[in-house]
Amino acid sequence: MTTTTTIVTGGKAAARRSTRRVEPIYYFFLLPTLVLFTLAITVPGIIGIFFSFTDSIGLGEWSFTGLTNYIAIFSDPAILQSYLFTFGFSVATVIVVNVAAFLLAVGLTAQIRFKKALRTVFVIPMVISGIIIAYVFNFLFSNSVPEAGAALGIPWLETSLLANPDLAWVAIVIVTAWQAIPGTLLIYIAGLLSVPGDVYEAAGLDGASKTQQLLRITLPLVAGYVVINVILGFKGFLNAYDIIVGLTGGGPGTATRSVAMSIILGFNGGDYAYQMANAALFFIVAIVISLLQLSLTRGRNTLS
Amino acid sequence: MTALNQPALAVEQAELSLPAADRSRPRFRRVGMERVNWSTTTILVLCSLTVLLPLYVTISMALKSGTQVVDGNAFSFPSPISFDGFVQAWTLTKFPVGLAISLLVTAGTVVATIILAAFASYAIARNWDRKLFRYSFFYLLAAMFIPFPVVALPQIQLTGRVGLDNPVGVIILATMFQLSFSVLLFTAFLRSIPLELEESARIDGATTWQTFWQLIFPLLAPMSATVGIFAFLYAWNDFMMPSLIISDPALQTLPVRQNLFQTQFSNNYNVAFASYLMAMAPAIVAYLFTQRWVMAGVTQGAIKG
Repeated sequence: MTTTTTIVTGGKAAARRSTRRVEPIYYFFLLPTLVLFTLAITVPGIIGIFFSFTDSIGLGEWSFTGLTNYIAIFSDPAILQSYLFTFGFSVATVIVVNVAAFLLAVGLTAQIRFKKALRTVFVIPMVISGIIIAYVFNFLFSNSVPEAGAALGIPWLETSLLANPDLAWVAIVIVTAWQAIPGTLLIYIAGLLSVPGDVYEAAGLDGASKTQQLLRITLPLVAGYVVINVILGFKGFLNAYDIIVGLTGGGPGTATRSVAMSIILGFNGGDYAYQMANAALFFIVAIVISLLQLSLTRGRNTLS
Repeated sequence: MTALNQPALAVEQAELSLPAADRSRPRFRRVGMERVNWSTTTILVLCSLTVLLPLYVTISMALKSGTQVVDGNAFSFPSPISFDGFVQAWTLTKFPVGLAISLLVTAGTVVATIILAAFASYAIARNWDRKLFRYSFFYLLAAMFIPFPVVALPQIQLTGRVGLDNPVGVIILATMFQLSFSVLLFTAFLRSIPLELEESARIDGATTWQTFWQLIFPLLAPMSATVGIFAFLYAWNDFMMPSLIISDPALQTLPVRQNLFQTQFSNNYNVAFASYLMAMAPAIVAYLFTQRWVMAGVTQGAIKG
């Protein structure tokens, strides 16, 4: 898409464009950002990949070890567990968030009272820091939920979810969803509002029930928004860190340790190079998912 | 059924709550015999308790006295109402310092993201036929593929080595991570601005610098709002990056300061919750006053990005 060459009049500007010389000011606009970006992201990325082929512990001497780190990763049960946890948690959270947000959006675009107030309330979690809300829920899961469990006589609720290696992930899904629903909800509301109303009138005249309308008309018409929400959500949840730190700290044991968390802990554990190899793999995973996103959303929301 | 449509539509049109054209669709859920769908309203009000209850617990715990709070009952009403928690939290977490640093990091990230992304996007959009600019676009965009944890460890080392292991370093890194998304939004928007508009400014003798500030930047305002809101939410709420990059605990942001109550003072629940509340409140209050723009901005950003 060339934006030039259409100008016939206007002396200077046209002349400058026809000789295709770039005004120096444009370099001033772009280059500092490029340099900063390179120093802040590209260089650290290259350093990380470089050290993933060494035995560095983050400081001091190191030597090349080739693919040793990468080979070790594939037979490391702790790494495997962190990937399984991260993917399982992300899938579960994506489902919970999208189902809840879609139903809420349907409700919030219906003929209801207090529409404005309800929307205001449902969006609040978006502006609260994940770590802080995790601390609040940490208290609830450790004190209030077990109390309620005891009062209701539900044995598995009587001890804290957070201390249960098999169920701690449920708590993380709940809090992550609590915070992620508003953003998803807003996108679904926009999607639902873009569906022309007369479609429903026609369906109503043809005798379609409300449930049929929801499943056969609404859902297909907002399918593009579902794709956006699922992928944006999934990409975000793969990086889960803050909320896990606030709820379980990766425990009990390493039951809820996400990939992001194990990479970060590489600094303390002295296996810097090893975790950089892990980071490189995680990067590849992120690229694959992003490419998937591009191929799925192409045509729906291209640039321009 | 159809007879009920018209009044329903009228109500819908009258109560435009979002700028995004609510009027485009009349009701479609069960309406029963009246215009207002009370069953859905009731369900939604009950659902809203999932948001309101944790907030109520935070507020009521914060207002309890140190003796009442030890019973661990989250839902009881504070009696007597005590502000001890706030007083102690204020000094324990050095709240004013934390707030100042959080505000600095957030404002710095928002301003830097808007300006740098608008600069870069303008240069890219107006020189799209030049390889340098076109490739720069894809280069900056590639950061969308890079999650922070992937480059975090080398960044911690580098910032430490060049003396940026402080809030300024966080501003720079946070801005760079916001850049790709922001450049994507800005360039898309810039391409929709007719070139003739700029040409007429240039004919009047404006330089590119003047054209940018007097014509382009004001036109970008709606996109700047979206970009700014995303940068705000990220910078204000983030725990991971400041906790890793800022090495001096005295210079930490508000969210990171809250871990004080996980290590020490873990039984002083009233102090902890007062501290949480003070850390949450500024963003919630800001949101309540700007929610129209926040909702519109987030929607626009997510759909176009």
